[in-house]
Amino acid sequence: MDSTIFLFLLQDGIINGAVYALAAIALVLIFAVTRVIFVPQGEFVAFTALTIAALENGKLPPTVWLLLALGVLAALSEIAQYRAEMTLKRLARIAAFDIVLPLVFIAIATVVAPMKLGEAVYILLAVVLVIPMGPMIYRIAFEPIAHSSVLVLLMVAFGVHFSLTGLGLVFFGPEGIGTAPLSSQSFSLGALVITGQSVAVVATTAIFLALFALFFGRSLLGKALRACSSNRIGARLVGIPTSIAGQVSFGIAAFMGAISGVLVGPLMTVYYDSGFLIGLKAFVAAILGGLLSYPLAVVASLAVGFAEALFSFWASAFKEVLVFALIVPVLLWRSFTSPEGHD
Amino acid sequence: MRRAIAPLFALVILVLPFTGLLSDYWVALFDYIGIASLVAIGLVLLTGVGGMTSFGQAAFVGFGAYATAVVTIDTGLSPWLSLPVSVAVTGIAALLIGAITVRLSGHYLPLGTIAWGISFYYLFGNISWLGAHDGMSGIPPLHIGSHALIAPEEFFVVVWVVVVIAVVATQNLLRGRMGRAVRALRQGVHAAEAFGVYTPSTKLKVFVYAAMLAGVAGWLYAHFQRSVSPGPFGIIPGTEYLLMAVLGGAGRVYGAILGATAIIVLRDQLQSVLPLIVGSAGNYEIIVFGAILVLILRLASDGIWPILFGPQAAPRIVTPPPDAAPPPRPRPAADAVLVEADAVRKEFGGLVAVNDVSFAVPAGRIVGLIGPNGAGKSTTFNLVTGVLPLTAGRISFEGRPLSHHRPQQMAALGLGRTFQHAEIVPDMSVIENVALGAHLRGHAGMMQAMAGLDRVEEMVLLDIARQQLARVGLSDVATVPAGSLALGQLRLVEVARALALDPILVLLDEPAAGLRVGEKKALARLLRELRAEGISILLVEHDMDFVMNLADHLVVLDFGTKIAEGGAGEVKNDPKVIEAYLGGVA
Repeated sequence: MDSTIFLFLLQDGIINGAVYALAAIALVLIFAVTRVIFVPQGEFVAFTALTIAALENGKLPPTVWLLLALGVLAALSEIAQYRAEMTLKRLARIAAFDIVLPLVFIAIATVVAPMKLGEAVYILLAVVLVIPMGPMIYRIAFEPIAHSSVLVLLMVAFGVHFSLTGLGLVFFGPEGIGTAPLSSQSFSLGALVITGQSVAVVATTAIFLALFALFFGRSLLGKALRACSSNRIGARLVGIPTSIAGQVSFGIAAFMGAISGVLVGPLMTVYYDSGFLIGLKAFVAAILGGLLSYPLAVVASLAVGFAEALFSFWASAFKEVLVFALIVPVLLWRSFTSPEGHD
Repeated sequence: MRRAIAPLFALVILVLPFTGLLSDYWVALFDYIGIASLVAIGLVLLTGVGGMTSFGQAAFVGFGAYATAVVTIDTGLSPWLSLPVSVAVTGIAALLIGAITVRLSGHYLPLGTIAWGISFYYLFGNISWLGAHDGMSGIPPLHIGSHALIAPEEFFVVVWVVVVIAVVATQNLLRGRMGRAVRALRQGVHAAEAFGVYTPSTKLKVFVYAAMLAGVAGWLYAHFQRSVSPGPFGIIPGTEYLLMAVLGGAGRVYGAILGATAIIVLRDQLQSVLPLIVGSAGNYEIIVFGAILVLILRLASDGIWPILFGPQAAPRIVTPPPDAAPPPRPRPAADAVLVEADAVRKEFGGLVAVNDVSFAVPAGRIVGLIGPNGAGKSTTFNLVTGVLPLTAGRISFEGRPLSHHRPQQMAALGLGRTFQHAEIVPDMSVIENVALGAHLRGHAGMMQAMAGLDRVEEMVLLDIARQQLARVGLSDVATVPAGSLALGQLRLVEVARALALDPILVLLDEPAAGLRVGEKKALARLLRELRAEGISILLVEHDMDFVMNLADHLVVLDFGTKIAEGGAGEVKNDPKVIEAYLGGVA
């Protein structure tokens, strides 16, 4: 391998790694706050990319119907769970968030979609459509069993993944789509051609990671979430509602997923089920960081991205085999170095 | 009644498919159910009983299926002869994968299985001599003489005979001493290790057994389907198998068949019914499937079987043949020193938890280890039992120095112990919990247990447990789940379990905590009886009345250092002891 190839692979790895980093951060956040190992994180990524693609074609994105479906389910789920203590105020809030909000989005999207207002609008609309899905999924699947073991939560996460992939196929169809690049410029650095897209990916990721750090370091909500993740019971005792914390963390995760979706759309052909592999690789990175440390998860994401680039150069057929096999020795090392990982 | 079930079931297997009551379609469906049941039975043992959650069992089905495909297509070998090949390939793969996997702790273990589960799927799909993503076709069917078993009803018999064998073998295994060891491991390793169970190797055996069942399922699948491709061996089928085991009921062998039936029939019905309702083809079944998974775990996380048929029954206790009991352990000479701790030291980083403490436990004596909170009593206890390694110093047992001693070795030497926080298996009956203590007094391995050759030994072990339960006064709760007992009773269960080992030394960690006055008196009486029998006792205790009246010799620790030693009277009046307990005299 000469240095040009190496640099090319490095660039490729950093781009992939940057995308995984956003998802990995989201996984660590969700695990820390709710103990859910959120397998379907990648779905947010795929759905966002597919939404942007639909908007680019001037079509009403099917995402709006998916959002409405999730909203109805979330409403039913919450009413079923809290039927004994249901108040009018709570019903009104459920109706506003789960039914009216998706309907408003449907109206907006119906009006805006055919106007083809440009990439910025598409991205904004797609992100806004995907974010509420996070809290909705949390309320449907995880809030009622929030006190279960990590294992039960993991299996439920798989159930959610199955359902979301199935819904993805119904709403988006089996075709793969790529979206327009964020920047079509490119420049050379020695022998290396750097595309505007790759700069955009790295810059966006860096900005959002910084925002993320700022949010958790400075804001009250961020500190409350940190409190929840370090000691759930303690957080409740000082008045932080864990349900809200769960919803917020899923909302943030959906937001991070949506940003990843904006970034990967132009890089690869996205199918309704492409999210799974992206999510799983982010998951490898999150595990490398022990599902605990955000900076480690970012570093590990870059390592996974680079390893993937290397593997696809050396043994492209076995790329996935090697990426996932990579995790096993790390888990072993984690098992021996961390205190007992029991629930 | 119970005896009639097996022959009746055999008759159903042999006759039902040929009666015409079931259409070919349903017979074929039941063939697939039988194949999946095998995998789910393995998972019941691995996950439900052993607590190791595997999302990757489908990969082992793949190993079994590909192994027979490669062997039979290329060489024309009879599929019957390739069964051992399938089992061996799967077993070796499981041995290698399991050696790493069973050492993963907590939720890292399921994550590890997901990782290799996905890896193998891509591996199968990228190896050209396995046909890559297209897979391999033209696998020969099973033959009897020159007759090919292609019809679903003929294959039905083969599949379900294998399932019956697997059920019987697995039930036998679970009933025996290895089964108890596996069930104990699910709750945590301390109790099992303290009675001689080697955790990683026991877990590995279970892992390999579960994988081999999956390998047999793969072999059946390959010769029924007559072709293999990577699809059914990925992470989603792996999750489905896990779901079958969980849905049926954690830890219940018949539950696995129930779960497999429910999932496969459900999926099949969804595939045929949903398009009629929704009107177009799509992957609707997976949506509903995921939703049902979520709902089941919301509503019935213990599975269906326990809801339908109640909790697992305790084993029946039968009096064993008179001369079957193992010989009692030889007691040490009356004046021998049993345990001698010589300047033992334990440091955690910079903290010296136990500071060069020396003491001895003579045969047939009760020695009390006392001291204020944080004095290092439990740590000293863990050093003697081999749970923690020594930083420095030496511990000898019957005059032999022990270096790097492990809890299992101590159990083999005749050291029985209890735990400060009761380490019992709540969903196992009281008598089986006690029988875990007699683990080392039996010898039957997995194979013997599966073949049912451990019956006499099992009678003996359960009889030992029955006697010890009677001794601590818990005969009337022998068959209830241990989790339903009060804390005081659990302490006595632990004492009975320690006695089931036939110990020469018993280490009791706060045995009187949580006991009522009457129970304490009964316990003290029991301990005196044991002493009279020549059993030595080392106990950590906070209840001063209890320990002062009982112990022949007391060792007082404070901040990790021995501050006094001697009889109750001496120690009680020692100024250093008074200061440690009551603070300095002003």
